[in-house]
Amino acid sequence: MAVKTLTINGEQYSAQEGESILSVARQHNIPIPTLCHLEGLSTVGACRLCVVQIEGIPRLLPACTTKVEEGMVIQTANERLNKYRRMIVALLASEGNHVCAVCVANNHCELQDLAYSVGLVRVRYPYLFPNKQLDATHKDYVMDHNRCVLCTRCVRVCDEVEGAHVWDVAGRGINSEIITGLDYSWGNSQTCTECGKCVMVCPTGALFEKGVTVSEMEKKKGFLKYIITARQKKEWVSIGNE
Amino acid sequence: MTLEDLQELSEKEQLRQAEKKHRILYCSAAGCASCGSDKIGAVLKAKIKEHGLEKECEVVGTGCLGLCGEGPLVKLQSDQTLYQNVDVQAAEQIIESHIVKNLPVTAKKVDTTQPFFISQTKIVLENCGEINSESIDEYIGVRGYEALAKVVNEMQPAEVIEEIRKSGLRGRGGAGYSTGLKWGIVSKAHGEQKYVVCNADEGDPGAFMDRSVLEGDPHRVLEGMAIAGYAVGATQGYVYCRAEYPLAIERLKLAIKLAEKMGMLGNRILESQFNFRIDIRIGAGAFVCGEETALLQSIEGKRGNPKPRPPYPSEKGLWGMPTLINNVETFANIAPIIRNGSEWFAGIGTEKSKGTKVFALAGNIRNTGLIEVPMGIPLRKIIFDIGGGTPEGTEFKAAQTGGPSGGCIPKDHLDLPVDYESLSKVGSIMGSGGMIVMDSTSKMVDVAKFFMQFCMDESCGKCIPCRVGTRHIYGLLDKISKKKATQDDMVLLQELCTMVKETSLCGLGQSAPNPVLSTLRFFRNEYEELLQPVEIYQGEPGVVADFEK
Repeated sequence: MAVKTLTINGEQYSAQEGESILSVARQHNIPIPTLCHLEGLSTVGACRLCVVQIEGIPRLLPACTTKVEEGMVIQTANERLNKYRRMIVALLASEGNHVCAVCVANNHCELQDLAYSVGLVRVRYPYLFPNKQLDATHKDYVMDHNRCVLCTRCVRVCDEVEGAHVWDVAGRGINSEIITGLDYSWGNSQTCTECGKCVMVCPTGALFEKGVTVSEMEKKKGFLKYIITARQKKEWVSIGNE
Repeated sequence: MTLEDLQELSEKEQLRQAEKKHRILYCSAAGCASCGSDKIGAVLKAKIKEHGLEKECEVVGTGCLGLCGEGPLVKLQSDQTLYQNVDVQAAEQIIESHIVKNLPVTAKKVDTTQPFFISQTKIVLENCGEINSESIDEYIGVRGYEALAKVVNEMQPAEVIEEIRKSGLRGRGGAGYSTGLKWGIVSKAHGEQKYVVCNADEGDPGAFMDRSVLEGDPHRVLEGMAIAGYAVGATQGYVYCRAEYPLAIERLKLAIKLAEKMGMLGNRILESQFNFRIDIRIGAGAFVCGEETALLQSIEGKRGNPKPRPPYPSEKGLWGMPTLINNVETFANIAPIIRNGSEWFAGIGTEKSKGTKVFALAGNIRNTGLIEVPMGIPLRKIIFDIGGGTPEGTEFKAAQTGGPSGGCIPKDHLDLPVDYESLSKVGSIMGSGGMIVMDSTSKMVDVAKFFMQFCMDESCGKCIPCRVGTRHIYGLLDKISKKKATQDDMVLLQELCTMVKETSLCGLGQSAPNPVLSTLRFFRNEYEELLQPVEIYQGEPGVVADFEK
């Protein structure tokens, strides 16, 4: 495969053809915030947090889905991008009912981390306080729609890795919601294998194990890498405690 | 069937029509059908029978006759008399007086010398309202399928693409990408199977151009698609039509059936080696499915969510194969370009925008209806000559083009030529061709609010800026219109609009703030008049929380 040279934030890097900007950035420890992206799952470019500025392209493009090209000149952070990222996280905060103080994922939450990392100190948009439901019908897990950010990681992991496709999105716009099967309650799903992958990839406290209380729900996403490596390379690599 | 057979058939049909003393056309498209044109058609037919004139007269249901606001419309093809607001009584009179005694019914007669009729240039709509849209013979009678026969028997695919490229035709769906270039990319893309898709998911409020073309002249679209299929090397086409157009779907279905029977579609088209099938896919009522990547997802049977581009559909489209997507009106332009040559087409319009554009004229305007004008025509001419101006006692304020993705053009820009570049310079877009005229009674904040509500309701919910951003923009506009907002909210509104525009995933989100931005640009005073003075705002605690859902 051909090697491509590109400039990120003024420094030159080389990358494999077909690689995404995000992947190159991650390899060189250049921080780009992401939410819907998770290594091992397909990319959807939905959260728009990873948008970067590329010279010669008027639009901002998401780093996760944009492939590197020879001679690309990329900026991963500047005043404009940082502002937009802060606004995106603020929009998420105003959209759901995110109350960290009583959340099972407090201190283990990617949305919370994002808010810190983009420097969100105040949400200027009116909170929408949607009337969302909580589904605790499953014997091991709970889905709390109040904390869902619609990143669709659960939908993708269930479809692409587990192969069950229990989850999907229903409704549109601000009324979109993750549903189980054809909008059954989770406990009545005939396709759920109870594997718990969705719970582990969920960035917030929307999906959690029963029995955990505030701050107890730690998400172990390392399993995904373990499974993918095993499937693709036939190597069973220990992933430690991650 | 060969080209000679086709021409013979065409002559036969022309002869058959010439033998009729009168062809009485009534509009059977959705606009007039909604005010009872079917009944008028039945009355006309019954009256003809009553007078025993079946041999010399025929009553034909056609596509849109243009002046939709005055329907039902009836036209006598022989002497081009047009009747408006035809009711049962008038229909009887037309036969008894005009046909039998040769005395036109003056009370319902339309003055066809007015600019609405004579200032138009018809290419896409040339057969619309002239032929029976349910008859393939009548389409062949107006040289239909001749272009396809010429293409499959005499031209190489590359020659077809070159011809379209030279014509300067640009996509009529809104963005205005060069059609020839797009065809070239798809033809060069590698894939074991290629597809041609016709985007008939017209969803802009107030737009009905594509519907009228499909209802009035469906074969023209099929012919354009088949030519495209031949040019890019596709053997399968899909028309993606919204379910809200039942009549268009019905006529398309019939047209496909008739075309297959005659050998214009299917295997070995017109005795060449070219095979091309067309199927219809019906949308389920989502505006976002007019966005090409969402449309393809929907055809594949998935949830109609847009995907990031690149990869573009021309490289990876339907089921990962190279796919050509064009709008109904774009396909409708193809056959005439092949028939008359690219120079002819390139001679119409402006330097960068060639040909004509169909507009659906609606809103506060006298002549509501479907018009086709050459590109580059001044806006003033469309609104005041063809449209007849705003109703009496009101003053023109702005024209809105491009639907929820477009913007408002104020009075100062009335002399603007209507082409892709000029419209985008003033913050609007050509769009698919909706043109809503607003007069002094329209409130611009409410206009912006209406379009934002539309975008909010139609957002798919995939990306955050569009899903939540449009909701908050709507909330802010609502607050402004209820006189509860302050200057702070204006700042927030502008910031949000820019952010949603620049970070959204697909065209819907990227263009959703346009109606707000363009009204802010030209009618900022209307916003500011509604704002609370800061002093009062600060003096009243509680106003901050006084946000209504």
